[in-house]
Parts: sequence; structure tokens; C-alpha cells
Amino acid sequence: MAVLRGVDLTVGASESVALTGESGSGKSTLLHLIAGLDAADSGEIRLADTLVSKLSDAGRAELRRDRLGLVFQQFNLIPSLSVADNLVFQSRIAGRHDAGWHEELVERLGLKNLLKRYPEQLSGGQQQRVAIGRALAPKPLLLLADEPTGNLDEDTADEVLRLARDLVTRTGCGFLMVTHSARLAATLDRQVNLHAGVVA
Amino acid sequence: MQLATLLIGLISATALWSGVQALNQQARNAYDRAAATFGGSRTAMLVGKDSAAFPQKLFVDLRRAGWPVSPMLEGRIQIDGRSVRLLGVEPVTLPSEVGNAPAVARGNLLAFVTPPGEMLVAPETLRDLDLKEGARPQANGITLPPLRAQRELTPGVLVVDIGIAQQILKQPDQVSRLLIGKSKAPRAALESVAGDRLRLVEPSAETDLERLTDSFHLNLTAFGLLSFFVGLFIVNSAIGLAFEQRLPMLRTLRACGVSARMLNTVLVIELVSLALVAGLIGLVCGYFIAAALLPDVAASLRGLYGAQIPGELSLKPIWWLAGIAISILGALAAAAASLAKAIRMPILATAQPQAWQQEQRRWLMLQTAAALAVFAVAAGLVQFGDSLIAGFAVLAALMLGAALILPMVLQIALALGQRSARKPVGLWFWADSRQQLSGLSLALMALLLALAVNVGVGTMVESFSRTFLVWLDGRLAADVYLSAASDTQAKEIRDWLRDRPEVQAVLPGGRADSQLGGAPIEVLGLPDHATYRDNWPLLDSAANAWVRLRPGDTCFVSEQLSRRMKLAVGDRIEVPAPGGSWPLEIVGVYADYGNPKGQIAVNFAALTRRFPQAPLNRMGLRVAPDKTAPLIAALQQTFALDDRNVADQATMKTESKRIFNRTFSVTAALNTFTLGVAGIALLTSLLTLANSRLPQLAPLWAIGLTRRRLAALELLKTMAVALITALFALPLGLLVAWCLLAIVNVKAFGWRLPFHVFPLQLIELLAVALLAALCAAALPVARLARMQPASLIRIFVNER
Repeated sequence: MAVLRGVDLTVGASESVALTGESGSGKSTLLHLIAGLDAADSGEIRLADTLVSKLSDAGRAELRRDRLGLVFQQFNLIPSLSVADNLVFQSRIAGRHDAGWHEELVERLGLKNLLKRYPEQLSGGQQQRVAIGRALAPKPLLLLADEPTGNLDEDTADEVLRLARDLVTRTGCGFLMVTHSARLAATLDRQVNLHAGVVA
Repeated sequence: MQLATLLIGLISATALWSGVQALNQQARNAYDRAAATFGGSRTAMLVGKDSAAFPQKLFVDLRRAGWPVSPMLEGRIQIDGRSVRLLGVEPVTLPSEVGNAPAVARGNLLAFVTPPGEMLVAPETLRDLDLKEGARPQANGITLPPLRAQRELTPGVLVVDIGIAQQILKQPDQVSRLLIGKSKAPRAALESVAGDRLRLVEPSAETDLERLTDSFHLNLTAFGLLSFFVGLFIVNSAIGLAFEQRLPMLRTLRACGVSARMLNTVLVIELVSLALVAGLIGLVCGYFIAAALLPDVAASLRGLYGAQIPGELSLKPIWWLAGIAISILGALAAAAASLAKAIRMPILATAQPQAWQQEQRRWLMLQTAAALAVFAVAAGLVQFGDSLIAGFAVLAALMLGAALILPMVLQIALALGQRSARKPVGLWFWADSRQQLSGLSLALMALLLALAVNVGVGTMVESFSRTFLVWLDGRLAADVYLSAASDTQAKEIRDWLRDRPEVQAVLPGGRADSQLGGAPIEVLGLPDHATYRDNWPLLDSAANAWVRLRPGDTCFVSEQLSRRMKLAVGDRIEVPAPGGSWPLEIVGVYADYGNPKGQIAVNFAALTRRFPQAPLNRMGLRVAPDKTAPLIAALQQTFALDDRNVADQATMKTESKRIFNRTFSVTAALNTFTLGVAGIALLTSLLTLANSRLPQLAPLWAIGLTRRRLAALELLKTMAVALITALFALPLGLLVAWCLLAIVNVKAFGWRLPFHVFPLQLIELLAVALLAALCAAALPVARLARMQPASLIRIFVNER
């Protein structure tokens, strides 16, 4: 079954794009293809000078590690590691750890007092802030977020998204967010609506 | 998967437990049969004051005084070089409640008591003697009555009329004991009839054989119990995980109005139904395990205790019922924690109050405290316990304590690893291993116990083997061993040997039966020859012990006897002999492994003087090595001897080693079973954990770790915890070996073996542990390595 058909989408550096659409429209599938979590049957996905769609499994893993940041609705932090270790995990395995940037992230995300805690001891909003910090720590080219505020109340969602936008602007990376919320989508630079696998 | 795990656990637990119980039941039936043979220890009896034979007239006097007694004469005879027990009974007065008595009555009583009489024998013994019913072999120069097979008889026993027995044993008008019937008729006081010449022996509920073999069966039961618990570990782990996965559904049912009681009733019914099915399959497997092990168990019991166990398995209905019951009870016990959780479960899920680390720390502290308490009990038992049960209790406490403290040991080792990790993946490796501990700890405990038992039993067997071989060299120092069909033939052989120049020495041998402290002992005659002086395995001796043995007023005692009766060099004993009591000073203690009876060794000449009736048909020969085979051939041809009657040293040693190895083959088989079940426990835990671990692994994959690398890390984690467990199991196993050698063996068999450590064996077991972990982890890891991205992506998909 074809989930996506003829989708043509470009996200520029420092640009934030909201991907909206009803359930089953293919938003998450598109995000997963861009992230290299899944492989497309046909078509091209390019990240800067890299043709993602032609990469092997290992190549896609390397791409995710070095050049992408991923944020999920379920936060998906590593439960066995503390907040501090979660924050530096990706930047260190990518060999892109920057102590100054890390300090700034901790400060701006308000995580200073939570560093020694474990994910399950945090509220949803706090967990999502850690997830954003982890994703942005290696200064990726593109931040991909799949319903990052889906599990948060309105105020917390606004706060988390504001932080994400600020940090994206600070790093100059692109930002593609899947969301159901028209209100939140409106806060980003551009909205793209998917309908039955086609950009509406 | 959980259903399969649950069934595998229950089937393994029931099969191993029931298999061991089947073996124990089979052996106990055989002991009962032996005990019921014409007044075993289950019958009250009168015996001579010094346990020697007494005049038949006392029987007549007691009958006249109202005592419902029946005479019996007992001795040993040789038929074709084979020693058998001869029982002479008086069938008319034999009390009806004495086992096997009706069998004589059913037969032709007249044929039994009138010449030539009949000799009753168990079919197994008939086969062993290579004789047919109706055959009339010779013994002590007398043609025996025709043999008649009697199924109820215990093997190795021949029963004849007492008059015939008195002729065969050359003890006219003598009686060994008087069996007492249960008549309530008035009777005169024993002293008024027999003076102080007889003493009353009350019937015992437990036979001598049962007492002797208790340790062996306890050992088997301990193995069965261990395997049973390891099996229950699997069940517990499967039920726990199934419960966790069903939690949302159970909450939904509760929210829809299903009461906690109804929910639990349904869960219990489901569990009992599964346990019933698994129990039945387990019983069938247990039957096959028992049938496979029975020949070796029978060989062990025969080798160690002289107990005769039939080779065919026959089981009572109670065994089947008990097996089903243990399966159901085991399943309920393993599920108790989950069922209790289901009763107390709040309908709404609440947030975690504490981090997993804090929760785990609390759980670890509790378990460690329990372990320390159990270790304290073990230390107390070592200090104050003085029985076989206490010895096994020390072992049980040691194992339980070690199992309880294992998670803490792993936690400390993994925390040290985490502290030393520099790279993020390394940090995650150790941290995640720590987090996985609670899910894997039961399987790792099972692995620890199986490995420790393997190390312990392996070390014990290897120590025993090494000591046994040295001992065998000392005990089998002659070049040829010979057992003549009778004393007359033995004399002819000795005369013939005198003319053979290749024979350097003829070492006469003899043994007699006597009693010490109410227990039977063997009196062994040792010729005064360098072969014995240089090789006999003395553990302790006085100065010039061999010189002091010559006059016949001193003896050596076996280690078992010395420990049982607390005898040491310098002590004095009195041994009942036909001519009266024989006072002896102990001048040495020697190793006598594998002999269930206490034994003393005296000078051969002194033995023949004190026990003139003792058979003297055995001898050892010193022969030049290259002349051994021709001499044996000549002996066989000249005196019609077969391989059972004459053998060279190498053959005897090979046969002894074969018996030794067979004795421990049951232990080796149970060891392997236990290790196998532990491997299954690890596999099932990893398989059930595999699904619940996906949410923890998927983010790492999303961040950039390939599936192959994740799979390798998962494999490495399992190997790491298995390695730590195995390293912990090694000292624990050595401690178990020490307990077996220094406590259990001494209490069970009466000998203490030197403690050796066998590094190669330990390395081999480490490799086995890692191999078991590798096998157990292979399937879940392979599944992870080949997992489709779609399965991992599902973890992140919102519209689930």
C-alpha cells in the first residue's frame, strides 16, 4: 500500500516547518523516512549533500547520530542513564560534544537541578526538555520532532515549543515538526498539510 | 512465548523432581523387601549376649515358657566362589507376621523340611549364580538342597530349613537368633529362662539399609529439589512477566466492574489447568528420566551399600498423584507474588514514586540482609550441628544465601564497571545491565546454583577419584587375586602353586563376620608380608604398627569404624569370636572407601586361630609381571576357574574404577540436567525480556546505533553478567565441595577425603557457563539483529 505519493518538501537551514494532517495521512512515515529510520521504495531524500535514500543501514545510523536530532512524543529517553548522561549521549557518540554549548543547553532548558535525576523521576515537560537537549547537543543539521507536545498540557507544550524554536534559531538548523495542533503549527515559519499521502 | 516458558518451567521442575522421587521409591521398596525377609530389622528378636550363636536348647526352653519364638541360623557360604547369605528357618514356628513366611507355607512345606529339602532363592540370585531351578550346587563339601525360585525373596539370600543350615554351616544345635511373634499369651520373664545369655532387640521402623542409604537418597532428593526450584524460577519469571504485560488488561477488567476476587479466581483456574497439563507431561518425562538413571542408581547403591535394587521401574499410584500435586503447588507458589499483586492492584495506574535505582537499592538491601541472616544460620550449623541433616542444612543455607546475595554482588560489579566507563556506550552498557538485573536475577540465581553444585560435586568426585586411585594401588598390591570354590580347592591350589617358580609369594586372605557395639563388622586377616606393609593405606598408626600386629593382640580399624565409634590409635576393643571375646589394641587406622560395613584388620594367623570356621578360599599372589597371564591361564585350566574366580591386578583395578565411575554417573547426569535447566531459565528470561526491552533499545537505534551493534551489546551484556555469576560460583562451589568432603561425606559414609582444587576443571566450567549464556542469548540476540525497522519504529509511532 502506498503511504506517500509524490511528496516534494524542502526544509531550509534555520527554517521551522510544521507537518500537519489527519491520522493516517503519512506524516510520521515521512518523518521516519527523512530520519533514515525506514527506507523509501522510491524517490529521493537529501540532507545537505547526502542522498539519504541511497544510504545503507549503517550509513543511515551514522547520519542520525551525526547530523540529525530526533524528538518523539513518548520522549524515549534512556531510562538507565541519568539526565546528565542522557543529555550528552548523542553528542558524545557522535564525537561532537561541546562543553560550552552543553552548559548553555542545560541553562536554557532549565535542567540544572535535574541533572542527577533519572527520566522516570521527571514530569512529561521536563522529560521532553531533556529529549530536546539531547537532540540538539550535537548541533544537528535538522531537528525532527514527531508530536513532541502530544503528551503535554497546553502551557507546558507552549513552553517546550518556545524553547525548541529558540534553540533551533540559535543553532541555525532546520526544524520539521509533525503535529495535530493547528495552534502550535501556526507558531512555526511554514505549515505543510498532508492528505492521503499527498501534500495538500 | 510466555505460555511456552511457563510450560517448560513446570515440565522441567516436575520431571526432575518426580524422576528422583521415582528412584527413591524404587529403592525404598527394595529395602522393605529386604527388611521383610524372614525377620529383618522389622521383627523383634532375641540374640546372644555377645551376638554369637547360642544353643538350640534355649529355643525349646523359651517355647515351653510361653515365648512365641522361632529359631534362625545365619551364615555365609560360597557357591562357585560367590559369597551368599544362608538363612536357616523353622517354618512351623515362624511368626505369621514375619515377611515372606506365607510364601513357605504356600509351597510344599513337607518338601521344604524333609530331605533333601528345598533351598529358596530370589530369581535374580539364581541368574547371578548361573544356575537353574532344581540345581543342587555344592558348598562346604555338602550337596545343597534343590534350588527353588521365590520372587518375594531379597537377592543374595538362600533360605533352607534350619536343620539343613546347621549341617551346611557346621553348627549343629546352634541358633543365631530367635524371632519373636506378636502373641499376647503370658510368658515367663526372659532372665528366668535364659539368664543373661540372651538380649531382646526391639523392631526398628527403619532398616539398617535405609539408615545406610539415607545419605545417598538425601543427595538425590537435594538434586531433585534444586532442579525443582530452578524450574520454578522459570515459572516465576514467566508468570511475573506475563502479569506485567497483562496489567493494562487487568486494570481495564477491574474498571469494567470485575471484582478482584473473581479476577484472581479466573487467574488461579487458568494456572491450575496449565499446571495440570504440564504436570502430566512432566511425570511422563520424569518416568523416562528415572528409567534411564535406574541402572546407574542401582549400581551405585550396590557398590556403596551392597543394596540390591531391581532393574525394572515399578511405581505406585501415589507417585503419579504426588507429581501432579507438586506441579500445581509449585505453580501456585511461583505465582503467589503476582497473584497477591493482582489482588492489591489499584484500578488506576499511578506515577512511579521512586527511580528504578532507588527501588532496586531497597530490594537489594532487603535481599542482602536476608542472605546475611541465612549465612549466619549456616555458620551456626557448622559450629553446633553434628548430623547429616545439619550437613545438608549447611549446604542448603549456603546456596540460598549465595543466591540471595548474588544480585548485590552483580550490582557492585556492574557499578564498578559503570564507574570505570569513559565512553557513553560503555556507560549505557553497564547502567543498562544494572537496570536489567531485577528481570534476570532469578535466572542468574539458577545459573549460580547449577554452577556451584557442578563445581562442588565435580571437585568432590575428582578429589575422591584421585584419593581412590592412590588407595586402590595400596589395597590391590598383589599381582593376581584368586577366590577358590571352597577351602579344599584353596588348599589344592596352594599346593599346586608351591611348585610354580614364577610365583614369588602366596598371600593368604580370610575374613570373618563379627560385631562391635551392636553393629556388624568384618574381621580381615592380613598376612605378615612386605606387600601389605609397604602398601596398605594407613591413615594413622602407632610406631612399629606392623610388628605389633604380628602377635595377634592388636588390630587396625577402618576409618569409618574409627569415626563411627570414636576409636583412635591406642584405644582397646573387644571383638566377639567363637572362642570368646577377643581383646585388641588399635595400632592403626586405614582407609576403606566404599565399604558399608565397619572393618578391622588383624594378623592372618591370629584370625585363623580365633575364627577357625572363617572361609580361607581367597588369596593374592606375587608374580613376575610377564608371567601373570600364563599363570592365570594355567590356573583356570587346572582348577576350572573362570574370570570371576581369578583376575590380575590390572583387571581388578579396571573393574574397581568402572564401578567407581558408575557410582558417580548419576550425579554427573543430574549435574548436567540442573545446568541444562539453568540454561533454559536464562533463555526463557532473555526471551521474555526481549519484547519488553524494545522501548529501551529503540531510542538508541534512533540515535544512531545499528541493530547489529545493539545485538552485539546485548550479547556482551548477557555474557558479562553470566561471567560475573560464574566467577562468584567458583568460590561458592569450592565451599560446597569443602562442605561435602568435610561434613556431609564424613557423616554419610564415615570417611574424610583430602580437599583438592582442580584449576582446569574450574576453567572448563567457566567456559561451559559462558557457552550456556551464549546459547541462551543467541536466539533473542539474533532476533534483534534481524529485526525489521518497522518493529522498532512502532515504539515511536503515536497512533498506536
